[in-house]
Amino acid sequence: MLNFRNQVTGYCLLPLLFLSAQVHAADGKLIGTAGLSQIEGAGGGGLVPWATLSGYDSQDQISASGAVTVVDVDDYRLNGFGLSASFYDRAEVSIAHQRLDLKSLGGTIRQNIAGFKYRLYGDVVYSDLPQVSIGVQHKRLSDNAIANALGADDDQGTDFYLAATKVHLGAIGGYNAVWNLTARATKANEMGLLGFGGSQNSDYELQVEASAGILLSRNVAVGVEYRQKPDNLGLGEDDWVDAFISYIPSKSVSITAATANLGTIAGAPGQSGFYLSLNAQLW
Amino acid sequence: MLGKSMFRTLLILLVTGMTACTSTSNSLYQELGGAEKVDEVVEYFITEIEFDPMMYDYFKDSDIVRFREKFTEHFCMLTGGPCDYTGDTMEQIHTGMEISEANFNHAVDLLIAAMNKAEIPHRLQNRVLATMTPLRGSIIYL
Repeated sequence: MLNFRNQVTGYCLLPLLFLSAQVHAADGKLIGTAGLSQIEGAGGGGLVPWATLSGYDSQDQISASGAVTVVDVDDYRLNGFGLSASFYDRAEVSIAHQRLDLKSLGGTIRQNIAGFKYRLYGDVVYSDLPQVSIGVQHKRLSDNAIANALGADDDQGTDFYLAATKVHLGAIGGYNAVWNLTARATKANEMGLLGFGGSQNSDYELQVEASAGILLSRNVAVGVEYRQKPDNLGLGEDDWVDAFISYIPSKSVSITAATANLGTIAGAPGQSGFYLSLNAQLW
Repeated sequence: MLGKSMFRTLLILLVTGMTACTSTSNSLYQELGGAEKVDEVVEYFITEIEFDPMMYDYFKDSDIVRFREKFTEHFCMLTGGPCDYTGDTMEQIHTGMEISEANFNHAVDLLIAAMNKAEIPHRLQNRVLATMTPLRGSIIYL
């Protein structure tokens, strides 16, 4: 009897916790302008880390966010789980776990990523110049057999990036527009899932990543992204491109669907498919 | 590469859209519907403030009649209407109020809510907000 009551109390507390999170959660930004969490766990678009931090926190607030992402292409499926916290709209820490399933070959490659981002300048909406941030992503492969077999130098590596992001209110026929430009120094092969460096190149390469989007309403955004990638392994690694639509019903949750064109991955050409991501601001 | 051509198309749309759609001869004020519509927005905004615990604190000692008059003038002037703003500067008004970034952005949310109630189209709302964003620096953390 006592046990039963405990169970009921437990269940009843859950929605209460959720309610209180709703009331106190950081909400100090215009809806849709906090961006999303990208596939490596940092605040950004889908594939590209942006200068924006992951939550709706303002200078006096802290936020915590989570994201679950699936990218499904012809021969591979990537599952990504990310958690991030953003402090005073100034600094962001993130962790992410990626699991790549090799659908045709069989097998799994897992990778963990720890990220840090620091906002150097600006406010994505309110400053005349773009918001600018620097960031770092440290990646460690849990399964390095395939990276080794393909001739990668290392099973861990660190990316450094500089990102500039700007929202222009009412810029395109009255619609809000957003653009982002990121420069990333990286040794990673396919984001690190195939290791770092290789027979063709062992040094850092500077890669350009870009996003552009339009907010069709307070709750719907559409856009495109581009991510340049090095070809250290000599396997014809391609740049990535996606076109996305995001539905942002509230500051607590958003869902993004995209078509992803990832080109050749580990010698398998024409990898295209869909990208689906659920983002939630937990606090 | 469907994705790449889509990317290019969107960039072209972005660039042409920026130049094509900003060259309207009517003022934003007229497009909104002039004095009548602005009054409506201001009235809804005041109602939003009255029922908002965070904002009400900042306004509870204010002269609402004066606020209504001066905010209406300011709104009219910022959107290119035939008005002069005769109130105090933003710095004079907000100094000592210790308005945080979160407070400011919350007020923007309430203004959006007011414009929604006044049935201002989304695209005009954004252009109204764009006229007001430069004021932020002379409102927060003073």
